[in-house]
Amino acid sequence: MMVEVNELHKSFNSNVVLDGVSFKVSDAENMVVFGRSGTGKSVLLKCMIRLMLPDSGNISIQGKDVLGLNIKELNELRKDIGFLFQGSALYDSMTVKENLEFPLIRNFDLDEKEINSRVNFVLEAVSLLDAMNKMPSELSGGMRKRIGLARSIITKPKLMLYDEPTTGLDPITAKEISVLINELQHALKMTSIVVTHDLLCAKIIADRAIVLDSGKIVKEGSINELTASSDPLLKNFFSDEIIETSGRGK
Amino acid sequence: MITGLSRFAVQFFKEIFFPPYEVDQIRKHMIELGMKTLPIVGVTGFIIGLVIAMQLSPVLKRFGAEAFLPGSVGISIVRELGPVICALIFAGRVSSGIGAELGSMRVTEQIDAMEVSGVNPFRYLVVTRIFATTFILPILTIYVIFISLIGAYIAVVLVQNMTWAYYLDRVIFAVEFGDAFPGVTKTFFFGFIVGLVGAYKGYTAVNGTEGVGKASTSSVVVSSLLILIFDMVLVKLTLWLWPTVK
Ligand SMILES: Nc1ncnc2c1ncn2[C@@H]1O[C@H](COP(=O)(O)OP(=O)(O)OP(=O)(O)O)[C@@H](O)[C@H]1O
Ligand SMILES: [Mg+2]
Repeated sequence: MMVEVNELHKSFNSNVVLDGVSFKVSDAENMVVFGRSGTGKSVLLKCMIRLMLPDSGNISIQGKDVLGLNIKELNELRKDIGFLFQGSALYDSMTVKENLEFPLIRNFDLDEKEINSRVNFVLEAVSLLDAMNKMPSELSGGMRKRIGLARSIITKPKLMLYDEPTTGLDPITAKEISVLINELQHALKMTSIVVTHDLLCAKIIADRAIVLDSGKIVKEGSINELTASSDPLLKNFFSDEIIETSGRGK
Repeated sequence: MITGLSRFAVQFFKEIFFPPYEVDQIRKHMIELGMKTLPIVGVTGFIIGLVIAMQLSPVLKRFGAEAFLPGSVGISIVRELGPVICALIFAGRVSSGIGAELGSMRVTEQIDAMEVSGVNPFRYLVVTRIFATTFILPILTIYVIFISLIGAYIAVVLVQNMTWAYYLDRVIFAVEFGDAFPGVTKTFFFGFIVGLVGAYKGYTAVNGTEGVGKASTSSVVVSSLLILIFDMVLVKLTLWLWPTVK
């Protein structure tokens, strides 16, 4: 089992965000996390990589107890995990190339040739080879997102955590990115957890999906099962109709 | 805030015991910060030197002590005015810059991204900057002292006929080790304060862009205040270590 999350709780003061979240993801599986804005999807991902500490619960990745590791062990584990931030989080004082090289130079013992070939490979994958020497401030939002994606996969992680990889992209690029994520998963045998609102993206990527609402997982299954569900929350999520969902969500 | 700042300082001292050191980054920041402040501290130093000499000149004349003009100007610049003015300008320029830079890195999750990629952001971003400010400020201060003395010389020449060589000789004669050494040494502390406060405010920034602005302005206020408070303490300490009246 790649990932096991058990009874995760997280509150900010009186704001209960995660209220007992548990799920498992097996090796080389792509799991999608749905949920309305503000339900704690980003918080969930950040807890998994220990950018945030949950109040209680367990997280195990590759059989390691994430919350119990010391800093050195944690950094070792983080080398195997890629994280795409919702806002890309590119280092704005570095060029695109330096952004991409940064994790490689710092943590991996690679020669220059290997580094260059990886930089070229990931830039080609996101079709942005010509942006190599640009600064992040010269890129559009969508381009930044793609560079962010390139940076997170350049270390060939075993587990990828994507926080809304296609949000803010045009439909064509969004589709391309989804296909890319799916291909990478097969090519590199990666396991992925993808937070998204994008149904098409989910359809392309997901082996399985969970739905987060009010701090709990309210539904789990294949995309087809979820879209066919008669649950009002899911219907609202996946169809064009607006359906009254009293008391649910925020 | 004081506890947060102290904890931040403690973490800094913990980190510097373990290599590797980001020498390239430290050098890069030193050059950048030095270049950024060189013009403004130069101009200020020149004017301060000029003005202080203009002010002292009639006063000393009143007591019939014009001959002490170079010496007294030199001592005030070396002991107090050079170091403190340079530090305050440095605080205004650099502390705010570091606060804003790290603050925006924090709120746009760049610091988180660094942490996730297995790089210790505290070492890479904070330690390097504090090192740079600590070691660049004394250099800037020596430069400011020199420029101020030139400014003062110009004011002196306007009222007394004196060659540069004679003026400098008078200054060097008057300024003792007990003036110069503590004067320059305390700027290491000031530089440390500027880096520490700026980095702390930026690194712990919250609430998006608004937080970045706050981090930047409060860095200047806090570091300037701390510089003046430390100056008071250090002056007292200096007078105790090197009594001026024997
Ligand atoms: N650092 C923080 N401090 C306080 N509250 C926070 C913090 N981070 C997140 N929250 C709160 O946690 C809740 C969930 O936030 P989160 O960013 O995880 O939402 P999300 O599901 O990712 O939403 P979106 O789809 O808009 O990205 C929100 O109510 C938010 O206010
Ligand atoms: Mg989010």
